Amino acid sequence: MPATKAAGPGGWRLAVLAVAGAMMLVNLWLIFAYVPTEVSMGVVQRIFYFHVPTVEIGFVAFFVVFVASIWYLVSRKPSADRLAQAAAEIGTMFLTVAIIMGAIWAKKAWGTWWIWDNKLTTTFVLWLIYAGYLMVRAYAPTRAQAARWGAIIGIISFLDVPIVYAASSILHPAETLTTEGGLEPAMRLAHWFSFFAFGVLFVYMTMLRSGQHHDEERIDELRRTTIE
Amino acid sequence: MSRYLRVVLAIYRKDAQLEARTRETFTAMAVFAIAVALIFNFAFQVNPRNVALVGPGIAWAAFTFTGVIGINRAFIFEKDRGTLEGLLLAPAGREAVYGGKLLGTLTLMLIVEALMVPVFLVFYDIALLSWWFVGTAVLATVGFAAVGTVFAAIAVHTRAREVLLPLLFLPIVMPVVVAAVSSTASALAGEGWSGVARWFSLMVAFDVVFLVVSSLAFEFVVEE
Repeated sequence: MPATKAAGPGGWRLAVLAVAGAMMLVNLWLIFAYVPTEVSMGVVQRIFYFHVPTVEIGFVAFFVVFVASIWYLVSRKPSADRLAQAAAEIGTMFLTVAIIMGAIWAKKAWGTWWIWDNKLTTTFVLWLIYAGYLMVRAYAPTRAQAARWGAIIGIISFLDVPIVYAASSILHPAETLTTEGGLEPAMRLAHWFSFFAFGVLFVYMTMLRSGQHHDEERIDELRRTTIE
Repeated sequence: MSRYLRVVLAIYRKDAQLEARTRETFTAMAVFAIAVALIFNFAFQVNPRNVALVGPGIAWAAFTFTGVIGINRAFIFEKDRGTLEGLLLAPAGREAVYGGKLLGTLTLMLIVEALMVPVFLVFYDIALLSWWFVGTAVLATVGFAAVGTVFAAIAVHTRAREVLLPLLFLPIVMPVVVAAVSSTASALAGEGWSGVARWFSLMVAFDVVFLVVSSLAFEFVVEE
C-alpha cells in the first residue's frame, strides 16, 4: 500500500524532470547557437537568457509562496505549507543565482558589479526578506508554528514588494535595460523558451523539495510513535 | 467597537504604567540612540558641510535601530512571566491585544525620537524640527510599529528571539526608511508639501496596508 502511494508522486516527478532536462538541452542550443549575438553588448549579452528568466521565476516563486500561505491559513492543509516552504527555498536559490549572474553581466557592461536602481534594489530586498522567512522557519520550536509564522511572513513579504519597488523607483528611476519593444523575434523566442524551461525546472525542484518535507514529517512521526 | 477600545486602552495603560515605573526599555532605547549618533558621527566625519546630506540618514538609522530594541521588548515581559496567555483571554478579539501593544511601542518610539531632536541639534547643529518632520516621524513610526509588533510576537517565541526580529523587520521597512530619510531631507531644505508629497503617500499606503494585514495576522501568530 505505501509502495503504490510513493510511486504516484515519484512517477510524476520523473516525468517533469524528463521534460525539464529535454527543454534545458534545447534551451542551451537556442542560447549558444541559435540566437544572434547582440550588436552593442556582444557575446556577454547571452547571459541574459539565463539571468532574466531566473529572476522572473524567482518572483513567480514568491507569488506561489503568497498563494500557498493564504491557502494554508484558510485550509490548514500540511500540503499547502510544504508547497510554501519548498517554493520559498527554491525561489531564494533562483534569486541567488540570478543576482550573481546579473552582477557578472553588470561588471562587464557597466564596469560595476552593482547599482542601486529600482529593479536591483527590489530583487535584493526580496532576497533578504525570504532569507528571514527561512530563518524563522528554522528557529520555530514546532512544525505547526513554523507553518503559521511562515504563512504570515509569506503574505506580509509579498505585499511589501510593490511598496519596495515604488520607493526605489522614486529614488532611482529605471536605469537597467528594458527589453520591451526593440527585441528581435529570435531573441524573444530564446527568452520565452528559457523562461518556460526554468519554469519546469522550478516545478520539478519544488516537487522534490516538498516531497522531502513530507518524508521528514513522516520520519518525525514514526520516531515519536516508536519512542512512546 | 467600544469593547475593543477598552481592551486596547487597558493593555496600553498597563504597559505605560510598567514602563513609567521601571523605565527599562526607555532608558535602553535613549542611550542606544545616542550611541548610534556617536558612531555615525565618526563613521561619516560629520561636519557643517556634509550635515545636510548625511544628517537625515543618521537620524533615521538611529530611529530604526532604536525601534528594533523597543519593538523587541514589547512581548518579552509577557512571554517570560507567562502573562501572554492571560492577555489573550481578554474579552475582545486578539486584534485588541495587537492594538494595545502597537500603541505602547509607538508611544515609546515617538518619545525617543522627540528626545533625539535636541540631541541632533547640539551634536550636529541640525534643526530637524518642523511640521513636515513631525508628520514624517508619525507616519514612519506607525509603519515601524505596525509590522514590528507582529514580528516581535513571532520572534519572542523562537529560540533566537533577539536576533530574529531585525532580520525580518529591517528589509520589510526598507521603503519606510527610504521615505522617511527623503522627506526629512526635503523638510530640512524647506521644500514644503511638494517635496514630501510622494513620500507621505508612500508611507500612508504602507501604514494602511500593514495596519490591516498585521492586525488580521496577529490572531494566527498567537493562536493555540
